[in-house]
Amino acid sequence: MLNQKPAVRLENPAKTNDVSPPSPVQNREFDSKTVGCVTVDKPIMTTRNVDVYYGGKQAIINVSIDIAYNEVLSMIGPSGCGKSTFLRCLNRMNDTIESAHVTGKIELEGHDIYDKKTDVVTLRARVGMVFQKPNPFPKSVYENVAYGPRIHGLARNHTELDEIVQTSLLRAGLWDEVKDRLSQPGTGLSGGQQQRLCIARCIAVNPDVILMDEPCSALDPIATARIEELMDELRQNYSIVIVTHSMQQAARVSQRTAYFHLGDLIEVGETSNIFTNPQDKLTEDYLTGRFG
Amino acid sequence: MTMTTADKIQANLKKRYAAERRFRSYGLASVAIGLAALLLLFISIIGKGYTAFQQTYVKLEVQFDEAIIDPQGTRDPQILARADYGKLIKKTMRKRFPDVTNRRDRRNLYKLVSPGAVFSIQDMVRNDPGLIGTTQTIWVPADDDVDMLIKGYINRDEPESDRRLKDKEIAWIDALAASDSLEKRFNKTFFTAGDSREPELAGIWGAVVGSFYTLLVTLVLSFPIGVSAAVYLQEFAPRNRWTDLIEVNINNLAAVPSIVFGLLGLSVFLNFMALPRSAPLVGGLVLSLMTLPTVIIASRASLQSVPPSIREGALGMGASQMQMVAHHVLPLAMPGMLTGTIIGMARALGESAPLLMIGMVAFIVNVPEGPLDPSTVLPVQIYLWADTPERAFVERTSAATLVLLAFLVVMNGAAVWLRKRFEQRW
Ligand SMILES: Nc1ncnc2c1ncn2[C@@H]1O[C@H](COP(=O)(O)OP(=O)(O)OP(=O)(O)O)[C@@H](O)[C@H]1O
Ligand SMILES: [Mg+2]
Repeated sequence: MLNQKPAVRLENPAKTNDVSPPSPVQNREFDSKTVGCVTVDKPIMTTRNVDVYYGGKQAIINVSIDIAYNEVLSMIGPSGCGKSTFLRCLNRMNDTIESAHVTGKIELEGHDIYDKKTDVVTLRARVGMVFQKPNPFPKSVYENVAYGPRIHGLARNHTELDEIVQTSLLRAGLWDEVKDRLSQPGTGLSGGQQQRLCIARCIAVNPDVILMDEPCSALDPIATARIEELMDELRQNYSIVIVTHSMQQAARVSQRTAYFHLGDLIEVGETSNIFTNPQDKLTEDYLTGRFG
Repeated sequence: MTMTTADKIQANLKKRYAAERRFRSYGLASVAIGLAALLLLFISIIGKGYTAFQQTYVKLEVQFDEAIIDPQGTRDPQILARADYGKLIKKTMRKRFPDVTNRRDRRNLYKLVSPGAVFSIQDMVRNDPGLIGTTQTIWVPADDDVDMLIKGYINRDEPESDRRLKDKEIAWIDALAASDSLEKRFNKTFFTAGDSREPELAGIWGAVVGSFYTLLVTLVLSFPIGVSAAVYLQEFAPRNRWTDLIEVNINNLAAVPSIVFGLLGLSVFLNFMALPRSAPLVGGLVLSLMTLPTVIIASRASLQSVPPSIREGALGMGASQMQMVAHHVLPLAMPGMLTGTIIGMARALGESAPLLMIGMVAFIVNVPEGPLDPSTVLPVQIYLWADTPERAFVERTSAATLVLLAFLVVMNGAAVWLRKRFEQRW
């Protein structure tokens, strides 16, 4: 009983921004069955032939994809297809899961992040993460944002720290709402505000890449709209990889979209193309709502 | 007639409600039984113990006779300290009851006043030698038998031979009472003195201080060690056979009867390491062994209850494992750890069996001045008093139990307060 949903309509495919969109390249010097523009011209991150195993079970199968500067890359796919797993490889959050085992090559600006010499602490400062459920620390709003700069020693004194906190909150579009309650607990904010606080906390350490795992799934449409707007602004300074279950959201915020299916990366394409003209049968089935 | 679903549910409904009511009444009944038992305990202990907070005092017109205290008139503190103040009391009693001439009777008469009265008079003279030569009205503790008679614990209708107080003595006491020379006062001694063979001079302070030093040692050892062990096992240790084994054994240790720790303390701390007997230090060491598993288990549970999202948040910011634990997990887990520790300490406070093994059961008069001084602890003091024949120790046993219970209630209250106060909602 497949209900025939129409393919997602694209009213406003990724609002144009003054940052030039990534230019996909088709050449492949590696073994990959993925359809579409896996590689880009000047990637900030590259992943090649990545496999992830949970114990004996393989959750990610031979995934290769590039992440460009100043792009929002969205990852979609049915539940359990490995989107979160793959995302968590990019800042080595999978290290915290004892059974998880990652092979393949992942590079951040040419440096292998799984190299023995790579320090996870530095890596995670450069590749920040925003989680599905807002998880502010049970500390004040100020402390939440100041935490990253503190542990990484980014501010030399209080004025600098105050400045970082303010700019981060400003960039996250939260400053006006919290400027009078910086000393109140971050857990006392609304869900949408908490998620923006988490984004502020993440950008306070000035990362290169921000990973977002379904950042809006716990939020109402208005809060979601705020965060989508925010992502478009953040794109000027950061690369963003977002996992989402909402195809509309992927269409609204991203320049490229990657479709995962049972651990395989099936297709990568410019968002405007993939939604209107998917190349792979599986992608098409998913986008038209035949499963997922 | 066919039954619709609604009918079927309706038919079942009565049974379901009945079952619910039955279940609720079972619960209520068990709560009631529990409360009744608790009430009974409190009523019996308070009923038996409250009289111990008062003590009968006897009024004496003491003549501070220079001829007895300081015949040479030197006022040398050494001589004052060595004088026979008992003579003063005897003289006073003889004057009060001139009819008593028989030697046996006189001895019994003197015994109405507590032997502790001698020390009160000695103290008075030491503090103010000017008293010598004057006559003063002073109140001194009466003997415990007098106290028991006044409190109504001695049955006058019993045949004289079965009574601790004979007819003559009762007559003297009645005479004293009739002339307002007997009075029940707040029993300060009970809260300030160490143990004594004389009930009216015995107090719990020595045991309280002993308990304090013992618990201090226990806390200082078991809290940091327990918390560190829990943090390591929960946050840093790899999950493998060894850590599993350790975990199982910690859980087993928590179930080991406390007397076993006492035996261990006896053979390791006393026989092998030759630490002092009866010392709170050793008691604390033994109780630490006993409390550690409790603290570790409670601390691990508390660490476990810190949501993974907080850890992920911290790690995702680039915090190291150590920073994540120190900055986020530990502060959130601390109230739970403290609660567990307080409950462990409360258990340690009530523990007597392992302390018997390491000699904390000795009769100790002096209040300990440090964790190396021989001392006893509250539950052992209770045990010691419960074993004595004097009627006056019965009420003191109950009173000491009351004090112990009060400490336990306060500690558990603190644990509940901590839990409520720092309860986190995520
Ligand atoms: N910690 C884990 N241990 C073992 N298996 C896991 C673990 N986490 C995920 N998996 C398995 O890996 C596969 C991919 O999971 P993942 O969470 O990456 O999916 P997802 O695409 O993010 O799904 P969703 O859209 O529901 O979030 C699933 O089959 C899942 O059961
Ligand atoms: Mg997921």
